[in-house]
Amino acid sequence: MKPPVRGRIQPPTGLLRRVDAIMRGAFPTMATLVLMIAGAVPVGAPGLVMALCLPCVFFWTVFRPAAMPPPAVFGLGVAQDLLAHAPFASGVLVLLAAHGAALRLRGFVARQGFGTVWMIYCGVAAGAAALAWALQGLLDWRLPPTSPGLHQAAISIGIYPCLAWLLSRAHRALAESEA
Amino acid sequence: MIRLSIPLRQVLSRLSLPVLIAAAFGAMLLGKADALLIERARMALADLLSPVWAVAQEPVGAVRDLVRDAGQLWEMRGENARLREENDRLHRWQATALALEAENSMLRRQLAWIPDPAPNFFTSRVVADGGGTYARAVLLATASQTPARKGQVALDERGFVGRVTEVGSRSARVLLATDINSRIPVTLENSRARAIMVGNNAARPRLQHWPEGQVPREGDRVVTSAEAGAFPSGLPVGVVRWTESGAPEVELFARLDRLDIVRLFDFGLSGILPPEAVARPEPRQRR
Repeated sequence: MKPPVRGRIQPPTGLLRRVDAIMRGAFPTMATLVLMIAGAVPVGAPGLVMALCLPCVFFWTVFRPAAMPPPAVFGLGVAQDLLAHAPFASGVLVLLAAHGAALRLRGFVARQGFGTVWMIYCGVAAGAAALAWALQGLLDWRLPPTSPGLHQAAISIGIYPCLAWLLSRAHRALAESEA
Repeated sequence: MIRLSIPLRQVLSRLSLPVLIAAAFGAMLLGKADALLIERARMALADLLSPVWAVAQEPVGAVRDLVRDAGQLWEMRGENARLREENDRLHRWQATALALEAENSMLRRQLAWIPDPAPNFFTSRVVADGGGTYARAVLLATASQTPARKGQVALDERGFVGRVTEVGSRSARVLLATDINSRIPVTLENSRARAIMVGNNAARPRLQHWPEGQVPREGDRVVTSAEAGAFPSGLPVGVVRWTESGAPEVELFARLDRLDIVRLFDFGLSGILPPEAVARPEPRQRR
């Protein structure tokens, strides 16, 4: 996988080029948003929204951090909490924490093979579930049940390989178009 | 676009994550304090997205229907196998039944068998439990023109219930098989051994006085016996159950604890009737 190309020369200002660059920069966030909206279709799979959002944020933070800045993560978190009927802003905090952790680790993670990245993602998902659980407990001031969080973490870990395959193709396409 | 100096931009980008985390905490508190606002935002978003979801629901619904159909087909396969097996079994039984029918008709021809007359019966409603002389008896409401008489046999839709012991102008009392005074002559269907079914005021009457060496076996069907001329033979009574203490009991087919309607059969028998009637047995009423 190519490392993201950085510090290249600003292309000459033409409207189309500007639009192109903006679209390319917004693609990861928008794609994540669309996935989340699709995941919120009531098909009887609860917790799908959160399970879809976290792997996307993790992947793009690790492999294309410029396209997943903290404000975008914040926005995605707000959308997720509104869509998933979670306690408001707890999901935002969880996503921001995962984003921060991924940013810290990315120098190491981005060089690893798929299996290792997946293992690391498992840790991140478990940590996110624990944090979400603690936040919910703090907000309601009583111990919430653990099974929904575990269920969600399991879905998100299981869905990661599929998503990573799709996202890495998108990432490669983006990198090629930039080169 | 606002042009910022590079160091300032770096500082901003480094600060944005902590600032946003703080903002998330703030939003969390806001959401806790003003739940209505969040609810309104949620509803606005849902309103906005509901057309999208409605469209997305179509293929999802189609897939779900497909999966359900496939499941049903799969179940149908299993059920088909079961039905085929059952059909085979029923065919065998049909063959057995036909053979028995043929044999039966042949035997009747040989013996000049006179079939039992179809008994008269009428139904009446149970209006009260218990009371009277007996601990286990029910009171039936009978219309004044119904031919209730002592010694008639009461059955519910499953089996033997008891026997009419007292008759009034609008009511009749049935002594249930479970009463301590009840003594019913029965036959064990497998061994054709006679026995007496003795009530004990509990749910299951006991068996007594079976012939030497023909102990009732668990699960034997118990039917009435024509001994003493009080009952016709062959009315279904119950099944033999051995208690833990080693006494044979009869689990009755009839549900005596929830009787609502019973049928009173008049077989024209007056073998043993309650005391005051013994001297003067009533003739069977002909209609």
